[in-house]
Amino acid sequence: MRLIPTRAWAATLLFAAFAALPLIAAALDDAYLVVIATRILAYAIAALALDLILGYGGMVSFGHAAYLGIGAYSVAILSRAGITDLSLHILGAIAGAAIFAVITGAISLRTKGIYFIMITLAFAQMAYFFFVSLSAYGGDDGVTLSTRSTLFGQPVLEDDTALYYTAFAILLGLYLTAVAVTRSRFGRVLTGARENPVRMQAIGFSPFRYQLTAFVISGCMTSIAGVMLANQASFVSPAYMDWHRSGELVVMVVFGGIGNLLGAVAGATIALLLEEWLAVLTEHWPLLFGLILVLVVLYSRDGLTGFFRRRL
Amino acid sequence: MSLLDVRNLRKSYGALKVTDDLNLSVDEGELHAIIGPNGAGKSTLIAQLSGQAGSDGGSVRFDGTDMMGMPMHKRVRAGMSRSFQITSILPGFTALENVAVAAQAGQGSSFRFLAPVADEAALNDAALAALARVGIDDRAFVKAGSLSHGEKRQLELAIALATRPRLLLLDEPLAGTSGAEADRLVEVMRSLKSELTLVLIEHDMDAVFSLADRISVLVYGRIIATGSPDQIRSDPKVRAAYLGEETEDA
Repeated sequence: MRLIPTRAWAATLLFAAFAALPLIAAALDDAYLVVIATRILAYAIAALALDLILGYGGMVSFGHAAYLGIGAYSVAILSRAGITDLSLHILGAIAGAAIFAVITGAISLRTKGIYFIMITLAFAQMAYFFFVSLSAYGGDDGVTLSTRSTLFGQPVLEDDTALYYTAFAILLGLYLTAVAVTRSRFGRVLTGARENPVRMQAIGFSPFRYQLTAFVISGCMTSIAGVMLANQASFVSPAYMDWHRSGELVVMVVFGGIGNLLGAVAGATIALLLEEWLAVLTEHWPLLFGLILVLVVLYSRDGLTGFFRRRL
Repeated sequence: MSLLDVRNLRKSYGALKVTDDLNLSVDEGELHAIIGPNGAGKSTLIAQLSGQAGSDGGSVRFDGTDMMGMPMHKRVRAGMSRSFQITSILPGFTALENVAVAAQAGQGSSFRFLAPVADEAALNDAALAALARVGIDDRAFVKAGSLSHGEKRQLELAIALATRPRLLLLDEPLAGTSGAEADRLVEVMRSLKSELTLVLIEHDMDAVFSLADRISVLVYGRIIATGSPDQIRSDPKVRAAYLGEETEDA
């Protein structure tokens, strides 16, 4: 009960900081900051999407990078076909992600625990190798995008700050939607199925339908992150679907705190900032990052949000 | 007329026949107790009736409808609910949420994604009423995992009631309760007799003989006798197989 006002307060702070960031970057005359921050926002979208099924549904997907790739490739493929509008790129990404999620989710959800983790990983690897062999789009090397998505026919997103605020608006909208979903009838059934699936069946619910729906929603949300990543980098390659990347998404969620949505956003933010800063200090930065992750997980089972909650 | 009609129901675990050509008929409105020694197959029977466990053969008809092959959640929606011998709750949910989600299953679609469920008065009212009925409405906002064992047993019954069943299968509702909690549960069951049909599995013989309209005795997967409490008490087969001398004064 107490967590909820705390979370709303913390979310306001975090999103206010994101909103103000381009101003700070302008004051510091550091344009690169906006570029990094756009990448952070995109990963925050993906981590948020993953937390929805991992934290609330108990589904540890180790293949969510596939949806980043589907989103990124929908930008490349649609752009080449002459369709340049961002809203259509997002629609295309959602359609592709939905198809992939329905098929792989329906199969993966027949398994539990470690088998679910492995089967989602296997499907993501299949998607990865599919795009590796897609020579029309550069195969392994990927393809550079000559322009970013357009907005209402205008090339406004060529401006880094405009792209940043677009990503910010999407993240904010998806965050508020995800919070609503977790508090809805659907969210209650999804959480109940994580807590005790047999109990849910014994009151008249088939957990599978709700879990699959959540899995598809999560995949679709993640594909939007892929659309934003492709625009930020102006580059698309199978590397987005690499299994390392799926692992990083899980790390972001665990690092930030499982099952409260804001933790995923914070986790993505801190993890990527640490990556930037530690990489300046030493080329062995993953070692330091690993150490920090171990400490956070050891000292707070709720990740970064756990520290925050205890202090308040 | 019989609400639940079980014919030649069978189930084996390997060579062990847990349910062996079992026949059982439960009339609408009665409280039908099933007693039997440990290992007689009582919980397996409840699992088969509720759809949690499959059956090797036979038929289960509920209100004339064939239930065989129907998954558990559909049987519940058809009006046949169960409680668990080993408490099965949602520990991270409050007591109120545990019952409200059961009420939710029977009230409209749960594919609603944006409106906050905690604000649905119809669900909360139904949940509070069920909690009050079993006597733990003062614990509504406590996490179910933090309730005492006895309170969890009461919650278990409240959850089953919130699904608004026509037939309620109760698997040892008194297990592990004592004193006031047990008395309360017995009184709740007594009051339920006028509202719905009950199948009760219970080891507490005082409760069984005071509540039941009819009793069936299950031994090694077969019903060896069915009758009124008086008939069962005096049935020589039953006394030989199960009750022993202690029922002389029951």
